[in-house]
Amino acid sequence: MFNQDIVKPENLVYKRTEVLTDNVMHYCPGCGHGTTHRIIAEVIEEMGIQDKAICVAPVGCSVLAYNYFEVDSLGAAHGRAPALATAIQRLNPDKHTFTYQGDGDLAAIGTAETIHACNRGENIVIIFINNGIYGMTGGQMAPTTLVGMKTATTPYGRNVELNGYPLQITELLAQLPGTYLVTRQSVHTAAAVRKTKKAIRQAFENQKNKKGTSFVEVVSNCNSGWKMPATKANEWMVENMFAKYPIGDIKVDGELVQK
Amino acid sequence: MAKELKLMKGNEAIAEAAIRSGCDGYFGYPITPQSEVMEHLMAEKPWEKTGMVVLQAESETSSINMVYGGAGVGKKVMTSSSSPGISLMQEGLTYLAGAELPAIVVNVVRGGPGLGTIQPSQADYFQATKGGGHGDYQLFVLAPATVQEMYDFVFLGWEIAFKYRNPVMILSDGAIGQVMEKLYVGDYVPRWTDEELRKNAPWASFGKPTDRKHHIITSLELDSAKQELHNHKLQAKYREMEEKEVRFEAINCDDADYIFVAYGSSARIAEKAMQLGKEKGYKIGILRLITLFPFPKKKIAELSTKVKGMLAVEMSAGQMVEDVRLAAEFRCPIEHYGRYGGIIHTPQEVLEALEEKIIKRK
Ligand SMILES: Cc1ncc(C[n+]2csc(CCOP(=O)(O)OP(=O)(O)O)c2C)c(N)n1
Ligand code: SF4
Ligand SMILES: [Mg+2]
Repeated sequence: MFNQDIVKPENLVYKRTEVLTDNVMHYCPGCGHGTTHRIIAEVIEEMGIQDKAICVAPVGCSVLAYNYFEVDSLGAAHGRAPALATAIQRLNPDKHTFTYQGDGDLAAIGTAETIHACNRGENIVIIFINNGIYGMTGGQMAPTTLVGMKTATTPYGRNVELNGYPLQITELLAQLPGTYLVTRQSVHTAAAVRKTKKAIRQAFENQKNKKGTSFVEVVSNCNSGWKMPATKANEWMVENMFAKYPIGDIKVDGELVQK
Repeated sequence: MAKELKLMKGNEAIAEAAIRSGCDGYFGYPITPQSEVMEHLMAEKPWEKTGMVVLQAESETSSINMVYGGAGVGKKVMTSSSSPGISLMQEGLTYLAGAELPAIVVNVVRGGPGLGTIQPSQADYFQATKGGGHGDYQLFVLAPATVQEMYDFVFLGWEIAFKYRNPVMILSDGAIGQVMEKLYVGDYVPRWTDEELRKNAPWASFGKPTDRKHHIITSLELDSAKQELHNHKLQAKYREMEEKEVRFEAINCDDADYIFVAYGSSARIAEKAMQLGKEKGYKIGILRLITLFPFPKKKIAELSTKVKGMLAVEMSAGQMVEDVRLAAEFRCPIEHYGRYGGIIHTPQEVLEALEEKIIKRK
């Protein structure tokens, strides 16, 4: 029986952050996009920066991210989010501009924008969702697709001779002097969510202190694109994606902690 | 407003106008014949004077997207380039138009196609006035003919861009960009304060205050019924521009037998050709186009009923001439003349073309 009397502020254990809108998310059940949205929104709320936060959404499954964040937002052309964020943050140095991008967006069509924004040390936060595939367009090969992995455009598996190797863009960006924080996280377990949230919090704190670019990769699943049930996708991710994209900090406070 | 006389290149005038018109940010990438725009800005260090941001981007793709970002948060932002760079910007331009963002983009045109040449040209008319990027959209296109207009049109550009929430292109060419002329510059217009920005660009994504819902700047609308409505709104805006914002200069058109229709550098060459023609007894007028979109359709239709013929003079294989013909609906002979690929026609050549193609026409 539900007892109305217990609905009191002091009994409240969980509340959806007001930095998320009421819109129903369009993501597939079990997809990491939704979880990552929630923790970004929670960090914005906890830091009290909703009025200063400006979201730059990508083209990819998260193209409609701006419908879910209750912050002023812009939708960029495919891959161009770091260019938008560069200008927005330079024109408003006290704001909190962040981009939210998939692997195709950030590491294929937008590679130049990504590398140069990081190299200039733009004071922005980049959240990078690496699911090793183009989710939005129906599961084609991404630059991060694993060798041997089957996708709509690598129906016999990614073949190195034909397609080259998976691009470890995060390790590459860590080499640039402009990046201050480079870390790789995931959101498939409660513990992982807590760690990712901490990393995102650190990224926004760095921005507040004008430290340069903070880059948080979230290795994520794409159960639809990978053609697996959500739980199976997470297992597959831990076994295969984490092997190529190991979880952990790569650069902290401007210093490489991993080679 | 206090006026100060200066001697400057057209490209420098663009930069000077940016600083003095309260521009918040310039984002560019070097390319001949317009590199002086960013060079002048970097030398002037406007960030120390007005707080204006100047940044050299990694490509024109990036600079136009920086402009998109800045415009989306309500700032007065601009870029400049020349033909190959403007081709790279087409993606950004259609997104700006779709999201209805104000911005100024300067094209100091050089000869093409491809890498072409670094010499002046007017062969980007189609690209500027007919879209260039995908979808049904229009840039507002201003065509300066002097260094003074390079300067003045930046001020006018902000007015139009914010009034209509539409990107404005200043379509110049290598000759006007490089030539040095005297010009008058005015006092510094201060950059907008945060309060002014909120008033002048209330739609922008400048950070959500507690008393309203979030703003979203985007060109995406997946519901086709809504996307069609959005397109209707854009078209209504373009029709309003055609109604209210057409600008041209009609020189000696009232009793002319023949008309040169031209813009930018070609209008100045046509002016000399008109004088040469007068010495031979021809009554020639010039319709100098200032807005290429909106195009002065009504004026051309009116003139087409009064004159014996028109010569569209442009440094291209014949682009603007198509719009002249459409507006005149073939009520009089309309021909094209122009050198291209980086060659500038002489006044003599223009006059000879008028004689051959129109006056002595059988
Ligand atoms: C210029 C351009 N090229 C191609 C597309 C089509 N497209 C849309 S999303 C996408 C891939 C997105 O993949 P990713 O960034 O990995 O995001 P995900 O959907 O996996 O989250 C592509 C190729 C586009 N919208 N624009
Ligand atoms: S297609 Fe993949 S990335 Fe897109 S919402 Fe579904 S699971 Fe997530
Ligand atoms: Mg992806």
